Amino acid sequence: MALTESDVEKIAHLARLSVTERERAEVTARLTSILGMVDRLQAVDTAGVEPLAHPLDATQPLRADLVTETDRRDDYQRVAPAVENGLFLVPKVIE
Amino acid sequence: MSWASDWDVVIGLEVHVQLATQSKIFSGSPTAFGAEPNTQASLVDLGMPGVLPVLNAEAVKMAVRFGLGIDAEIGRKSVFARKNYFYPDLPKGYQISQYELPIVGKGHVDITLDDGTVKRIGVTRAHLEEDAGKSLHEDFQGMSGIDLNRAGTPLLEIVSEPDMRNAKEAVAYARAIHALIRYLGISDGNMNEGSMRCDCNVSIRPKGTEAFGTRREIKNVNSFRFIEKAINAEVEWQVEQLESGRKIQQATVLYDPATNTTRAMRTKEEANDYRYFPDPDLLPVVVSEAFIEEVLRALPELPEAKRARFISEFGLGDYDAARLVGDKDLAQFFETAVQAAGSANAKLVANWTISELLGRLNADEKEITDSPVAAGQIGGLVARIADGTLSSKLAKTVFDALWNGEGPTADAIIEARGLKQVSDSGAIEAIVDKVLAASAAQVEDYRASDESKRKKKLGFFVGQIMKESQGKANPQQVNEILLRKLGG
Amino acid sequence: MHRQTLAALSRGLAERRHSSVELTRHFLDRIAAHDPGLNSFITVTTESALTSAAEADKRRSAGEAGPLLGLPLAHKDIFCTTGVRTSCGSRMLDNFVSPYESAVTARLAAAGMVMLGKTNMDEFAMGSSNETSFYGPVKNPWDTTRVPGGSSGGSAAAVAARLAPAATGTDTGGSIRQPAALCNLTGIKPTYGRVSRWGMIAYASSLDQGGPMAQTAEDCALLLSAMSGHDPRDSTSLAEPVPDYTATLGDGLQGLRIGLPKQFFGAGLDAGTERCVREAIAVLEKLGARVIDVDLPNLDLSVPAYYVIAPAEASSNLSRYDGVRFGHRCANPQDLTDLYERSRSEGFGAEVKRRILVGTYALSAGYYDAYYLKAQQVRRLIRDDFVRAFRDVDVIAGPVSPTTAFRLGEKTSDPLAMYLADIYTLAVNLAGVPGMSVPCGFDGGLPVGLQLIGNYFSEGKLLNVAHRYQQETGWHTRIPEAYA
Repeated sequence: MALTESDVEKIAHLARLSVTERERAEVTARLTSILGMVDRLQAVDTAGVEPLAHPLDATQPLRADLVTETDRRDDYQRVAPAVENGLFLVPKVIE
Repeated sequence: MSWASDWDVVIGLEVHVQLATQSKIFSGSPTAFGAEPNTQASLVDLGMPGVLPVLNAEAVKMAVRFGLGIDAEIGRKSVFARKNYFYPDLPKGYQISQYELPIVGKGHVDITLDDGTVKRIGVTRAHLEEDAGKSLHEDFQGMSGIDLNRAGTPLLEIVSEPDMRNAKEAVAYARAIHALIRYLGISDGNMNEGSMRCDCNVSIRPKGTEAFGTRREIKNVNSFRFIEKAINAEVEWQVEQLESGRKIQQATVLYDPATNTTRAMRTKEEANDYRYFPDPDLLPVVVSEAFIEEVLRALPELPEAKRARFISEFGLGDYDAARLVGDKDLAQFFETAVQAAGSANAKLVANWTISELLGRLNADEKEITDSPVAAGQIGGLVARIADGTLSSKLAKTVFDALWNGEGPTADAIIEARGLKQVSDSGAIEAIVDKVLAASAAQVEDYRASDESKRKKKLGFFVGQIMKESQGKANPQQVNEILLRKLGG
Repeated sequence: MHRQTLAALSRGLAERRHSSVELTRHFLDRIAAHDPGLNSFITVTTESALTSAAEADKRRSAGEAGPLLGLPLAHKDIFCTTGVRTSCGSRMLDNFVSPYESAVTARLAAAGMVMLGKTNMDEFAMGSSNETSFYGPVKNPWDTTRVPGGSSGGSAAAVAARLAPAATGTDTGGSIRQPAALCNLTGIKPTYGRVSRWGMIAYASSLDQGGPMAQTAEDCALLLSAMSGHDPRDSTSLAEPVPDYTATLGDGLQGLRIGLPKQFFGAGLDAGTERCVREAIAVLEKLGARVIDVDLPNLDLSVPAYYVIAPAEASSNLSRYDGVRFGHRCANPQDLTDLYERSRSEGFGAEVKRRILVGTYALSAGYYDAYYLKAQQVRRLIRDDFVRAFRDVDVIAGPVSPTTAFRLGEKTSDPLAMYLADIYTLAVNLAGVPGMSVPCGFDGGLPVGLQLIGNYFSEGKLLNVAHRYQQETGWHTRIPEAYA
């Protein structure tokens, strides 16, 4: 599948990555070549094959409903880039 | 609503219910409301590198309880999926939700309309997911603040069929879900604190047509009153658009109570591509028959069954029964009061509970659980009305006394204040004579008036007599005796 | 001391021939002396290493005697370690001092092991040459103009040069086995779910698995016994009991059925590599094993299937790096989109971005069925191939990498060529079975690895086969001259 530069722009926005105008042609070409390799899958007959999400047929274990965590805000926010009054700061959110 | 004959309204609701677990759905953080920002956000809730989710057993149980409560198919194997999007209150850049295989499949909820008829609303599905955090918009140097305490709180998202045809039905459905989750004990349903939130999908179509119109989704409506107002405002807007020849674009909108209007959110609808896929950190959730049986056995009597029983067992009317079962605590209160009053007096208990007690509670913005008058006290009071000890006027006096905590029971208050109704006809006759003798002019005037004006004038004498008897005279007897004497 | 295996160093500690502090100092000195030429470490934790070594010595004098007590090792910088930068080879996490400890590092620390430092790696474990690291490429100690393999290239180079007696790694598509092969080490990727992923920074969650990289199968057995086990914090961690892998190392190989898939010996495999691998299989036959042809018909589909599934999971796993709660944040973000796009574009390198884009595309509306779902279906076909093969054989053998270590920069301009070289390792991760790499000879002075693949939970068998092989051969004892 050949990607267009506008496809790349769209995907990049979904992934919140900026691809500059300068990079766009090269990125598009590389992604196209990867997808070309991946396209070999299309030729495989998988009719009736159940997708495999996990290698083992295990089921989800359940945790007892217990509070096990205590407040460690100071520890956790030590690695935060911008904090005030215990809140993480981001550019204004407009709904 | 001039348009009502031209347009059909189609409404579907997505109700988000916070489940009343102790800990979060995928971490051991507490879920308590109102803590200091980010003090209930653990490594998992913060989406730190390398952390992993583990599912809370109680959340699964509560979802199954709900499913059984709406007579739904329970997903024997359900799968958690990631809903991918970027937002600052969504720490991992994806929300763990359920997509293709939800834990609760098709079910239904019955609602009682104002005229007492019952309508069945389909529930498409209900699935488990994690709540997001909150963005606080106060000004921090022009920035927003993010609090992730709420992130990871278990949510049950209940998706209805587009079965509702007006705002009142939507409110009735929301109320029915609210009642149900409280009966089931799976949520406190507190809408002020966001424990229950509604998204309303609204579209209109020309009357008599089948195809759905383009819908707009009103996000995060947080009270029953606003559900009604928001939907009505949205419908008005849609009608205006279509009638003036404009098209409706699918959109997510917010309701602004201040202006009673809806407005589209800034997030671009076309940019949403959530890229759902099964969460590789979680395995399929398998619910066994034995587990379902166990949950089923522990299910309490639910609102619909209770409503039917109140009608058949106590002879209540449709409206009263629906009103009483609408809240688990209210229904419980009513039944306790009936026990004290005797089931023969259940209708009277219903009247007193609904008109007197709820009226007072509403005026004081109190919940039934905060009622200063206990269920047993109301029951005791009603028993004294039923056996003729109290006139309704005296009963109100006793009720006031109970409300103000002036006595432990109706009987004690009656005793202490000598409020027993006087039904001795001799004693009443004496009072009537005394009042008539002291009001010769009014008697003259009454007798001179024609029939149409007499009724009004009678009130004067009744008032005087009741005053003289300190309100204790049996009003029916007063009327009889008075009419006899004046008529003579 | 650095020429000894972990097992030998352990005996030395037990017999008080050296203390943990002495051992630790020795390796720290070697790192200081040799690592500038190799770049195998991102962070060296000198102080805390000496502190934990002293503690280990104290524990030993108090009567403790675990086999790993006091032994130093290096951790791949993908495992979160409290109070120590955990970068995952990325600028994104260059400033990330982890507030918590991974299950693997915690288990090994509890066993008394001493962390020397955190090793270099391909950024977010995406790469097969260690050239995508923000901290620069790692050099192969056998030839410093060549790559050590990846993504656990720092761990491989550090152990190969004996800057650490052993190290941890992670393997999503070959990231333990391939660098082990290219650096003459023994490494094992356990069954998916055997080792807890708690605190191991995710690349592709349904494929990632931690494991040991060491000098011998015996050392791997020692480490894996301590690393494995159920962890309630990882939903995909299995409750299966963990055997003592050292107990079965010496079992005989009489009657062992070794499967040789023809797909492992086709076009693209270097002649020199093939010769070494076939010779190794002949040694196993001499030890009593029987060779049987098996078929893995869908093996070559593992490359496209992997390069859909892994990027898809990665695109989602790496969404949490948004400049809000931790990690790199761009200067003066103008609005939310700017914060996200610039923080992420500055924080991630080219290969990571490429895989995020591929994965995003594979999951996006209209392409999900054709790519992601299809790849998951093919994944089942690949798994079924292994299940079928293991009805007839105990172990599957073949090469790890089609070639020996290639030159630095040789493949950086062609990501696709790099992907295709993963052909022998990817299927193992897709199926979730255990696989290991065992030194089996040299071609042109560069090491070659033999891959052994087992059925689910057969780590003990793999280690047993590798150990018996290592008792017959000396390849694994070779050390590059400059570091001897």
